[in-house]
Amino acid sequence: MVVQTPNGFNLDTSGKRIVVDPVTRIEGHMRCEVNVDDEGYIRNAVSTGTMWRGLEVILKGRDPRDAWAFTERICGVCTGTHALTSVRAVEDALGITIPENANSIRNIMQLNLEIHDHIVHFYHLHALDWVNPVNALRADPKATSELQQAVSPSHPLSSPGYFRDVQNRLKQFVESGQLGLFKNGYWDNPAYLLPPEADLMATTHYLEALDLQKEVVKIHTIFGGKNPHPNWLVGGVPCPINVHSTGAVGAINMERLNHVSSIIDKCIEFNKNVYLPDVVAIGGFYKNWLYGGGLSSQSVLAYGDIPENANDFSPEQLHLPRGAIINGDLTTVHDVDVRDPEQIQEFVDHSWYEYAEKGKGLHPWDGETQAKFELGPNLKGTRTNIEEIDEGAKYSWIKAPRWRGNAMEVGPLARYIVGYAKGHEDITEQVTGLLRTMDLPVEALFSTLGRTAARALEAEYCGRLQKHFFDKLVTNIKNGDESTANVAKWDPKTWPKEAKGVGMTEAPRGALGHWVRIKDGRIENYQCVVPTTWNGSPRDSQGNIGAFEASLMNTKMERPEEPVEILRTLHSFDPCLACSTHVMSPDGDELTTVKIR
Amino acid sequence: MTQAALVLGIGNVLWADEGFGVRCVETLAEKWAFGDNVRILDGGTQGLYLLPFLEEADILVVFDAVDYGLEPGTLKIVEGDAVPRFMGAKKMSLHQTGFQDVIATAQLMGYCPETLILIGCQPAEIEDYGGGLREVVAAQIAPAIDIALEKLRALGIHARPGRGDDRLLADPAILRQAYEEGRPSPEAACRTGDDRFFPAAD
Repeated sequence: MVVQTPNGFNLDTSGKRIVVDPVTRIEGHMRCEVNVDDEGYIRNAVSTGTMWRGLEVILKGRDPRDAWAFTERICGVCTGTHALTSVRAVEDALGITIPENANSIRNIMQLNLEIHDHIVHFYHLHALDWVNPVNALRADPKATSELQQAVSPSHPLSSPGYFRDVQNRLKQFVESGQLGLFKNGYWDNPAYLLPPEADLMATTHYLEALDLQKEVVKIHTIFGGKNPHPNWLVGGVPCPINVHSTGAVGAINMERLNHVSSIIDKCIEFNKNVYLPDVVAIGGFYKNWLYGGGLSSQSVLAYGDIPENANDFSPEQLHLPRGAIINGDLTTVHDVDVRDPEQIQEFVDHSWYEYAEKGKGLHPWDGETQAKFELGPNLKGTRTNIEEIDEGAKYSWIKAPRWRGNAMEVGPLARYIVGYAKGHEDITEQVTGLLRTMDLPVEALFSTLGRTAARALEAEYCGRLQKHFFDKLVTNIKNGDESTANVAKWDPKTWPKEAKGVGMTEAPRGALGHWVRIKDGRIENYQCVVPTTWNGSPRDSQGNIGAFEASLMNTKMERPEEPVEILRTLHSFDPCLACSTHVMSPDGDELTTVKIR
Repeated sequence: MTQAALVLGIGNVLWADEGFGVRCVETLAEKWAFGDNVRILDGGTQGLYLLPFLEEADILVVFDAVDYGLEPGTLKIVEGDAVPRFMGAKKMSLHQTGFQDVIATAQLMGYCPETLILIGCQPAEIEDYGGGLREVVAAQIAPAIDIALEKLRALGIHARPGRGDDRLLADPAILRQAYEEGRPSPEAACRTGDDRFFPAAD
């Protein structure tokens, strides 16, 4: 039977069901089920978040000035962006403004996270969906060198000897039986299209990116005092500035600023010489694989971020754009008000929660987090061993957030489509340039590849923004302003009896919001709507499917028992838990369980 | 030449006994001080962010909760090549995949510490989001630290009693006491859910 969803997808459950279930237990996991027709096309997709996300309930009664430290532990990847969102929410509730230097430093930190995350995502989590490192062993180093020089003439690491060395290192690694990171890929699947030389080039950059990323994170250590869990502060940033000091513990001096500057430059170089050329080169071989667009051609959402000036979140002041596009109408970009109870609502009709009032959508300020686990009548299997989920009933721990009733995609591609539609100068220039280079029409953006390319463009743009805010910070300090925190309202006695606030950021994976209610100096209610809640959302009360589900629709699978295409598209969203499609078997091998029913 | 050591606690403090490793390094830094060649780090559930720390170290001591089907509270010490294998043997949480990858990556890049020591503890309860350490596991913090000190001593690294360097540890708000004492009551914050992920407390 074919059912059309209100957002325009034809769901057909008649074909064989494929279950990709990485159910792991703790940090946030996903299960995916699809129905595939006789020709291998996906005709129904069901995405299940199998993690209870109960941060809301453990923050009750805590000191709002501490909330950031808890939210930093939500996720194993992006600590800082949750912390930033949290301090913004509390500042918003209490009417606390931050100094200009704090805005610049926060922007540098947030941009650093975007850049780090995008590079790590592309090379270490996503590249292996396109690049075959085993095939790289067959490459001719000389031809690889020629390829490298052709795709990126200014990259210094390009000699045949260099590629031969890397190839030998890879060989040793593989021969010692430690394939480790590259273990259990579907390396002979025809979905891999690169010639061995491109595989060797990209695998080499995998290693170069590893070396770079450990430099990049040092910016968090310098401004946040430490990593991987940097310090944050309601009212500003916790690092004092003292440009005349030499090595005082924690204080920002010229030596540390110079270190930051050199890291920013290294990233700019890498993005220009390696990351972007790789995306163009690899993308060139996959130009005909334009699946995976899902909701991106019709409904995308961005909250915007990186305010030019402290405390000013008006849309024209944000370097990462804010806006919503619905019904595929790129000529109208709607403004987004995260306080408006009519705009953002979360539904739980297909989620394992219940609201006091059934079928209703709740704005996060009035959000409820009451678990209710029940399975539908068409379930196959048992409560503890689900063989096939019943998507007609409740089927996910992820709520279904909607913007004015619409399922939305968030993330780099959403930001770039909003920016492009708004005529944002830098973004439009990057997008049109890339499409021209690759000889692709604008519609090509709405794809898995488009998502991956938008991330690379954004990394490059964020590098330039980071330099801008670094220069701004240094200029401000030179003009005598060393202020980094506003502690006028630090004391809870200065707070109103009741207050509510919202913090917004653009996390690497997309729009992130924390909504807080404070009563008598303590947290009364705390709700996080994270990017993966938007993208991974289940169906809503109207039957609209979410972004992950939509993105898988109508994709052709080369071999249904090897879900390369499913992983490729899901990974392109950089799901909150990058490892969420892996489980470990008892002998330690990495493994994705795939069952065909 | 003096060897550099990294003493690392990993795990998620928000998931009851999953926080064992992090609580061990916290307690270690409260009671013992080392020279500049030793770093004490709360690694949380992070992966690649930990690479720069591994690169600087010759010796790596890891505290972690590991599920090896033993009696809750049993300590298990693993050394050398067995460490990455062990951490993947029976995966309990995603941070272990992450950390196994970190070691594999460090090996690939040629800067994995030469000496690897894992001090693991079998958890009693990890399905309690927002919860703290169970008694039987908390009781193993001191013995686990003793083992680490002894192993380090054998490698020529000596601790002296007193407060150690806590700059790379958790914010005071989520240190063990503040975290566990500040937990909302079951009435204020729901603690029950479904059988697989969030079982009702008995």
